[in-house]
Amino acid sequence: MNEVIVKDGVEEDTVIAVQALGGKYKYGFETDIEIEYAPLGLNEDIVRLISERNEEPEWLLDWRLEAFARWQKMEEPDWAMVDYPKIDFQDIYYYARPKSMAEEKPKSLDDVDPKLLETYAKLGIPLKEQALLAGVEAPEEERRVAVDAVFDSVSVGTTFKDELAKAGVIFCSFSEAVKDHPDLVKKYLGTVVPQTDNYYATLNSAVFSDGSFVYIPEGTKCPMELSTYFRINAENTGQFERTLIVAEKGAYVSYLEGCTAPQRDVAQLHAAVVELVVLEDAEIKYSTVQNWYPGDENGVGGIYNFVTKRADCRGDRAKVMWTQVETGSAVTWKYPSCILRGDDSQGEFYSIAIANNMQQADTGTKMIHLGKRTKSRIVSKGISAGKAQNTYRGLVSMHPKAANARNYTQCDSLLIGDKCGAHTVPYIEVKNNTARVEHEATTSKVDDEQLFYCRQRGMDEEEAVALVVNGFCKEVLQALPMEFAMEAQALVAISLEGSVG
Amino acid sequence: MAVSNPKFDASDALLAGFDSPDGAKWAVDKRASAAANLRRMGAPVKRHEYWKYTNPTGFTIFPAPSAALFHTDETPMFDAIDRVKLVFVDGVFDAEQSDDLTLENVQIETLSDSLSKDIHWAKELFGVLENNGQTPVDRPLAALNTAVAQEGLAIRATGHAPKPIAIRYLHSSETSDAMVHHIVKVDEGAHFTLLESGPGAARFNSVMEVDVADKAQFHHIRTQGRDHERRTATHMFGRLGLESIFRSFTMTVNGILTRNETVLEFTGDNAKATVGGTSAGDGKEFHHDDTVFVTHDSVDCESRQVFKKVLRNGATGVFQGKILVKADAQKTDGYQISQGLLLDDNSNFLAKPELEIYADDVICSHGSTVGAIDDDALFYLTSRGVHKKQAQDMLVLAFLGEAIDEIDDDAIAQGIRDRLEQWMERRHA
Repeated sequence: MNEVIVKDGVEEDTVIAVQALGGKYKYGFETDIEIEYAPLGLNEDIVRLISERNEEPEWLLDWRLEAFARWQKMEEPDWAMVDYPKIDFQDIYYYARPKSMAEEKPKSLDDVDPKLLETYAKLGIPLKEQALLAGVEAPEEERRVAVDAVFDSVSVGTTFKDELAKAGVIFCSFSEAVKDHPDLVKKYLGTVVPQTDNYYATLNSAVFSDGSFVYIPEGTKCPMELSTYFRINAENTGQFERTLIVAEKGAYVSYLEGCTAPQRDVAQLHAAVVELVVLEDAEIKYSTVQNWYPGDENGVGGIYNFVTKRADCRGDRAKVMWTQVETGSAVTWKYPSCILRGDDSQGEFYSIAIANNMQQADTGTKMIHLGKRTKSRIVSKGISAGKAQNTYRGLVSMHPKAANARNYTQCDSLLIGDKCGAHTVPYIEVKNNTARVEHEATTSKVDDEQLFYCRQRGMDEEEAVALVVNGFCKEVLQALPMEFAMEAQALVAISLEGSVG
Repeated sequence: MAVSNPKFDASDALLAGFDSPDGAKWAVDKRASAAANLRRMGAPVKRHEYWKYTNPTGFTIFPAPSAALFHTDETPMFDAIDRVKLVFVDGVFDAEQSDDLTLENVQIETLSDSLSKDIHWAKELFGVLENNGQTPVDRPLAALNTAVAQEGLAIRATGHAPKPIAIRYLHSSETSDAMVHHIVKVDEGAHFTLLESGPGAARFNSVMEVDVADKAQFHHIRTQGRDHERRTATHMFGRLGLESIFRSFTMTVNGILTRNETVLEFTGDNAKATVGGTSAGDGKEFHHDDTVFVTHDSVDCESRQVFKKVLRNGATGVFQGKILVKADAQKTDGYQISQGLLLDDNSNFLAKPELEIYADDVICSHGSTVGAIDDDALFYLTSRGVHKKQAQDMLVLAFLGEAIDEIDDDAIAQGIRDRLEQWMERRHA
């Protein structure tokens, strides 16, 4: 590594962290750890086994079985602009957990297998409570982040639990929530994304193994940012996590999600469900930096990321903000949505989707305006390079009762190279004349003049492209919490590596 | 035991509604292959992606739903223009009411004449562009048309046509179910204008295949008649050669169900195409759908799609537009705008403006807006003494005007403006 030059006001760690990001896919390592698998394939017994391992009550098992019965009758959707070999759902392990987590569950983070902790340390995810996320300079008190780390099918540990509990905030793994707060889980589970929602969500409902649960009580501003870090490690496993966040009246929480996986030449499936329940005057910010292994330059391996994310603004003046940076995964199929039910509720969606090499991304959002004066804003930036295909697919629907609702949509696509594709498929449905909907989309290539300007000032071509692209994404990067903005900015540069020339 | 295939059954039911036409062997083969295509696709159904916003049942049931005749004393569209008038009554060519089939630099024949000859230029065009237009999106109603349509014209422009051909479609029977198929070939360097007007029939299905050769120009303006209960499905398939120009504009007022599909393919460099339209819909029984698919497969071409719809009393307007830019279609300039103006709370505007782009050195943009009349603009006009209703009309016409501006011929553009003004006035009656 080059000598580190630290400028005034910047921590040395920050610089090192950012420099370290300047490699190829750096999370492709594998943790050598004993893993306990459920038998290969999927049948009712596997669903029962997952439920049993999580020590779930009867009602949840029934709920899973109902979903499984339904899933068997469903057909895999094929409308997205993605092309991948048919998934053999019987050739996947639906449950994998580190052996050390199986025998006796660690009581605190200190008891967790050091190899697991090492993995997260290597990923830059602090599981020690005093630690900060890499590269951020700020007073410690203000920049703390509580982390729930999910390793294959189980949650390894959650930090800052006690302190959060003092504020009344519940932040734990999904399986713990089922045990400790069954009433809350029962009340909200499946109310935003029902079991019957779509093929992958139904599959998830049947076999989800773990995930995060967040409950912010009335009038509470969550004292720190919450974060979940998903790691797929075991081979041939699918990861099916389920996240449920409930923000009671007037509550606020900012939630971050990160994902990585080892570099393998066999594709792996990830089918998650995220449900957000936002009540009156509450606000949830949900930020994702998705950096699953994207496969190699020839499209071998990588993660199939088929995710259902939805927020339900049930109360008046509820607010949701989805921000996503999608740089990884071989295939992405993901549409974080907002149901704007309460009057004056607001939904925002900021997205950067980068597809390089053989990656395929079909992503966007749905804004469903039901309440009066509801507002939504969509800013989507798609970047395609190499032989990648990148599609924005979105729906803006104004129902007859959504008087004076507003939507603004902007989707821009940037093409780098002549072998990639950028597509826009917006659906606009307006059934109300006081509603106003504006949609704009552009597609262009990296501006030669801007490139020339940068090159002239001594940058090499890749650096120049990264700079221009960062400028192109600026509006979305600004919407991210600071820790993520840093990582995202660096990721934008890495993901495009090799796309020039 | 034979297993029944629902797609075959639905297609056969459609085909059984019509006689199988005769013709030269090549024409019979083309029709058989269109029928086979239809069997593969099946009849259109609401769950097909491209029928998401429009229910096709009215086009597929038998017998065709009847439509009351609409009587008006207004001067027929394009009557004031010097043109060759050709009349179809309920989809059947009426030689008596039509002018002679002669026009300098243009050969005009009926479709059945052209398809009965063993050697004819129609062989290279009939069913060919329609078949090209079936990928990647199925258009079963167009395949049905190719398979069974006997009526229509074969027009070939070999040089500059001194005046336009105007086709008038009269609707005279409440239960007519018409299939009309035109083929138009504009030879290299030729200029030709085609005008179409009238409702056509209770149910009207038309296909027009237009081949615009290198450096040729084709202009097309269409109005679709005021019959309230008619059902119309039109398909226009255009192929553009080097430096050619293709311009098409459609005005629609009324009609219980209208689906206008336009499918264009750029095959030569430096060509330009515009597809535009205005529609004005009144009442729950108005459903109007513009579905456009433009494929760029050559360098330096420009395409524009401009659609404006004004809707009131529960009317529904649909726009599905797509620009597909293939990998070698560099320097493409693609533009698409679709706007809906809702005059009340019950009307709907549904749009799906799509871009699919595989070339990097292109400029493609699309915009889509929906809303009510701008209060500020209305206030501005009323504060200057304009009566509120009149001010609204002015703003509606100004809104539609941006699409009408796409018409080159001033007289025709004015004629269209007049009709829309009358539509606005009828609102106050």
